[in-house]
Amino acid sequence: MDAAGLLQILVFLALLVALTPLLGGFMARALSGERTLLTPALGPAERGLCRLCGIRPDEEQHWTGYALSLLAFNLLGFLLLYAILRAQAWLPLNPAGLPAVPADLAFNTAVSFMTNTNWQAYGGETTLSHFSQMAGLTVQNFLSSATGIAVLAALVRGFARRSSPTIGNFHSDLIRIVLYVLLPLALVSALVLVWQGVPQTLLAHVDATTVEGGRQVIAQGPVASQVAIKQLGSNGGGFFSINSAHPYENPTPVSNLVEMLFILMIAAALTDSFGRMVGDRRQGWALFAAMAVVLVAGIAVAWWAEAQPNPAFAALGVDPAGGNLEGKEMRFGVVNSALWAVATTAASNGSVNAMHDSFMPLGGLVALVNMLLGEVIFGGVGTGLYGMLLFVIVTVFIAGLMVGRTPEYLGKKIEAREVTLAVLAVLVTPVGVLGLGSLAAVLPVGLASVQDGGPHGLTEILYAYASATGNNGSAFGGYGANTLYQNSVLGLAMLIGRFLVIIPALAVAGSLAAKRAVPASAGTFPTHGALFVGLLVGVILIVGGLTFFPVLALGPVAEQLLLGTGTLF
Amino acid sequence: MIHRSRDIALFDPAILRPAAVSAVAKLDPRQLLRNPVIFVTAAAAALCTVLLVREVVTGAGPVAVPAQIVAWLWFTVLFANFAEAIAEGRGKAQADSLRRTRSETPAKKLATADALAWDMVPAPSLRVGDHVLVETGDLIPGDGDVVSGIATVDESAVTGESAPVIRESGGDRSAVTGGTRVVSDRIVVRITADPGTGFLDRMIALVEGAKRQKTPNEIALTILLVGMTLIFLLVVVTLPAFAGYMGVTVPVVFLCALLVTLIPTTIGGLLSAIGIAGMDRLVRFNVIAKSGRAVEAAGDIDVLLLDKTGTITLGNRQAAEFLPVSGVAERALAETAMLSSLADDTPEGKSIVALARERFALDTAAPAGMNFIPFTAQTRMSGADLPDGTRLRKGAPDSILARAGAHSVTRELTLAVERVAKAGGTPLVVSRNDRVLGVVHLKDIVKPGIRERFNTLRGMGIRTVMITGDNRLTAAAIAAEAGVDDFLAEATPERKLELIRGFQAEGRLVAMCGDGSNDAPALAQADVGVAMNTGTQAAREAGNMVDLESDPTKLIEVVMIGKQLLMSRGALTTFSIANDVAKYFAIIPALFVAALPQLAPLNVMGLSSPESAILSAIIFNALIIVALIPLALKGVAYRPAGAAALLRRNLLVYGLGGLVVPFVGIKAIDLLVTLLGLA
Repeated sequence: MDAAGLLQILVFLALLVALTPLLGGFMARALSGERTLLTPALGPAERGLCRLCGIRPDEEQHWTGYALSLLAFNLLGFLLLYAILRAQAWLPLNPAGLPAVPADLAFNTAVSFMTNTNWQAYGGETTLSHFSQMAGLTVQNFLSSATGIAVLAALVRGFARRSSPTIGNFHSDLIRIVLYVLLPLALVSALVLVWQGVPQTLLAHVDATTVEGGRQVIAQGPVASQVAIKQLGSNGGGFFSINSAHPYENPTPVSNLVEMLFILMIAAALTDSFGRMVGDRRQGWALFAAMAVVLVAGIAVAWWAEAQPNPAFAALGVDPAGGNLEGKEMRFGVVNSALWAVATTAASNGSVNAMHDSFMPLGGLVALVNMLLGEVIFGGVGTGLYGMLLFVIVTVFIAGLMVGRTPEYLGKKIEAREVTLAVLAVLVTPVGVLGLGSLAAVLPVGLASVQDGGPHGLTEILYAYASATGNNGSAFGGYGANTLYQNSVLGLAMLIGRFLVIIPALAVAGSLAAKRAVPASAGTFPTHGALFVGLLVGVILIVGGLTFFPVLALGPVAEQLLLGTGTLF
Repeated sequence: MIHRSRDIALFDPAILRPAAVSAVAKLDPRQLLRNPVIFVTAAAAALCTVLLVREVVTGAGPVAVPAQIVAWLWFTVLFANFAEAIAEGRGKAQADSLRRTRSETPAKKLATADALAWDMVPAPSLRVGDHVLVETGDLIPGDGDVVSGIATVDESAVTGESAPVIRESGGDRSAVTGGTRVVSDRIVVRITADPGTGFLDRMIALVEGAKRQKTPNEIALTILLVGMTLIFLLVVVTLPAFAGYMGVTVPVVFLCALLVTLIPTTIGGLLSAIGIAGMDRLVRFNVIAKSGRAVEAAGDIDVLLLDKTGTITLGNRQAAEFLPVSGVAERALAETAMLSSLADDTPEGKSIVALARERFALDTAAPAGMNFIPFTAQTRMSGADLPDGTRLRKGAPDSILARAGAHSVTRELTLAVERVAKAGGTPLVVSRNDRVLGVVHLKDIVKPGIRERFNTLRGMGIRTVMITGDNRLTAAAIAAEAGVDDFLAEATPERKLELIRGFQAEGRLVAMCGDGSNDAPALAQADVGVAMNTGTQAAREAGNMVDLESDPTKLIEVVMIGKQLLMSRGALTTFSIANDVAKYFAIIPALFVAALPQLAPLNVMGLSSPESAILSAIIFNALIIVALIPLALKGVAYRPAGAAALLRRNLLVYGLGGLVVPFVGIKAIDLLVTLLGLA
């Protein structure tokens, strides 16, 4: 841990804070259907698309209608992607002549990209054709992240509106988000990556002769376009199997920094969009602060953990000053690997530039905890904030009673219906990780995937199920996930982690939108100060985190303590 | 004199003993099912009991520690039942003292309201619409309205107020309560409540907790607690799988101990006690709520509508000065004002006579042959005609001036009237043979200390609005003097209703109190309507609470009780959840340390052995319920303050306290357990 490392972290955080109001203001206008900088250029396209699809943006939907539209649209996206993967051998743009994807893997991959998880049970360049990557995965990269932002927009409207029966129009929201937010940002980001040396080509692989005279096949393709949206849209599914550790995905320190910003910036900026849309920007910054507190704590722990050398190596005489370099790209080193690991797990992104499997147990613990908290530390685009708002409802209900009034948030009374829905959503992570994860820890068919023994193996199981349920897609490494059982059950975990939170969130939106708003007074529970931020963090850590204390004690904590005694896994 | 004799000591043995019995009776699964958290605890205890018996029979393993754990699991359930039973017992004690007033009352039933003959029937046979005759010394057999007659009634059985009150037909004092006694005269009462549905019956049912329905916030909180219980159930049920992967086996009894310590048993066990105790507190303030919902709503109130007269000002306006127009001696004005008021029995009239006597030592005997003109709503004036035909009048300025003609409206008079009104007083213009002599200043006396109470309310975030029939000028002056936030002048029932609807449309919750029949629509519209017991039956039916002492400022106490109810729930929930941190640190290392000795550093409390750690945690978990019973019954201390200050304070006490206390408590119990060699 040195000054240079600290400086890099501070620069990253400062840029993130600076981007939040800029992007936040723009997205607030775009989500509200107001005129933006891009309206002159994109307005005709928006109207044209709406006319083409028969969408009338002013025809707003009740929450049930919104949810049904969303589910139908996602089902179609899933079926289309599944069909593409199964048929890729006969589809164009398959220069490497890859065969069709097997049924269970195609199911897992289609679910994974529809749910914005982007879990990679497949090996990118060795399994998928260019067509599958571009027309299949990249399209879902846009649509799944737009779906997340649309749910958030609906929930924010629930808070902002008074006595309204509707929460917006899903189709119009989706078009607007893709057109005004995701496409322009992806375009600019892809160009930045190309400038840094990321390839963007439709040519097949390059055959190269190495210095030693060996023959090497270097895969390439439309990398920049997919990497841009994979980072922006908290997707994370890489073009290459080793993801952002590959020099074609992440060639330079600059590309590393901007990609880390891409990972978090939309999710962070949405807090400010939220504040603007509910008419009190302090509320948005309070949520930003709560997320930032946990993020910074995570960065500190992970950096500290990784800056320690592995005692087993130190005993062999390896220079301890380098820290834990196993599984890390030397181009990025300890600081940028730790920082990336925290950012990508916090943001439900899942792209990696180092192998989390090789992190020190406590470093891996941070990544795991970020996912176990329900992906609300910034989280995925839209998903993180609506998950956070559901936690806010729980927090306001627990502590709000302490000021002697029916709890309310932003003037909306939090009553039995909202509490029920928020609790249902909070239950999803424990069900996915502990429920489905425990099966993987006892059934022989699940145990077959585990690579390492002891607590490290347990961490692999937990990590896989946390990643799937949290729709993160981050892989710990070492877990053989491409089996019939894992493809199916992890697919199920992704589905419940996605839709059993989306449906309650939309139901809350509908319930809140229909309510009158109570004007604030001196008796109103304040939700914009440091006290509330601390309270929210406390509830997230206790309600979200304590649930997993026993398994974390058995997994990463036990491993760290065993490491002290020289036992490795 | 108000006497609140129904205070009950916190741990009255007369309540504790039956409560202990009732705690065991409440082990009936159907009863337990009402409280999901405690039901899960009981199920875990039952499972452990079965396993323990099997262990004992087969002699498979050590049973000393498991037996103690099973015992404490059952104690946890019993303590929760006990808390509820104490609260119910206190309610029953209240109810019994109320019920004593309604022994088998005989009633003199009339065939019609005008019938002369009556039949003696038992009170429970009376139905709505029946008429009964009640004479001196009789108990009024049921809630009703006086349809004819006037009587003094001793209502001390219900209100604790020893001075008898007047009840008469018509007007705003026509309602009578069953169980009260007529002290003089006779009245005919039309029964308005069937047996078992009167106010007393409702109050009895509510304080006993028998018919208690969960309030909206209580339902929401229960759902949250069920959710937490499900999460921890999942944690504990899946733990053997993960532990098994690591080669660790955990005995079922220990898992059950972990489950019970993690689920929110503290708030789960005390939740219904808090609710019952809240109703109980209200009754001790002599307010009957028709539902728990209304009490809870009182905590949410944003706007308080208060009648000026009797609430903000002393009921009676007093003559303060005589303001003659030029050319009229003050004494002459005083004399005319006095003569016109001699037959006026209102406090205002009497105060004019008193002021005239005091200032000018006038003879206050009425001259013979004087003809008194009473006040009517149409003329809005009163006075007297002297035998010589001289007409003496006093009344509202516009009425008198309308009679006197335009020429008498001098600038001087207008100024005097305005000056009185601006000072918050009521101007009465006095005339003699339609010649205006001057103005009498009737002064409203603002109750001492009321300003401070309004400041308190403002600090709590509650706006106060004064309602008065006075004109704007007068209302503004009194509003400023009393320190209310806003006022409604020249109020009519329609305008009151409009005002309440306006506030509600803005999303505010409104409380008001009232007594008259014309208040009934507004009382029904308000979110919390407190009817005065002295008011009409219509008002009492329309409101959702009745104040037996008829003290309009009681609304403030009602609001505080409502807030206290919510705060107690929130504080204990926070405390309960914060407790889990320490319990985890006690139990988790204990479960795994035998198989994974490296986990010993997690035993931050340095508990002496795994068995002792688990036992100490479960003992702490059970005892904390008992320790918090007084808090649940008395409610969390409420000091009026803004929400931010309240939150900071309660979070410090119950949040931080909830984190720290169990660390200390479990460690202390562990030392004791080790010392006694229990584990």
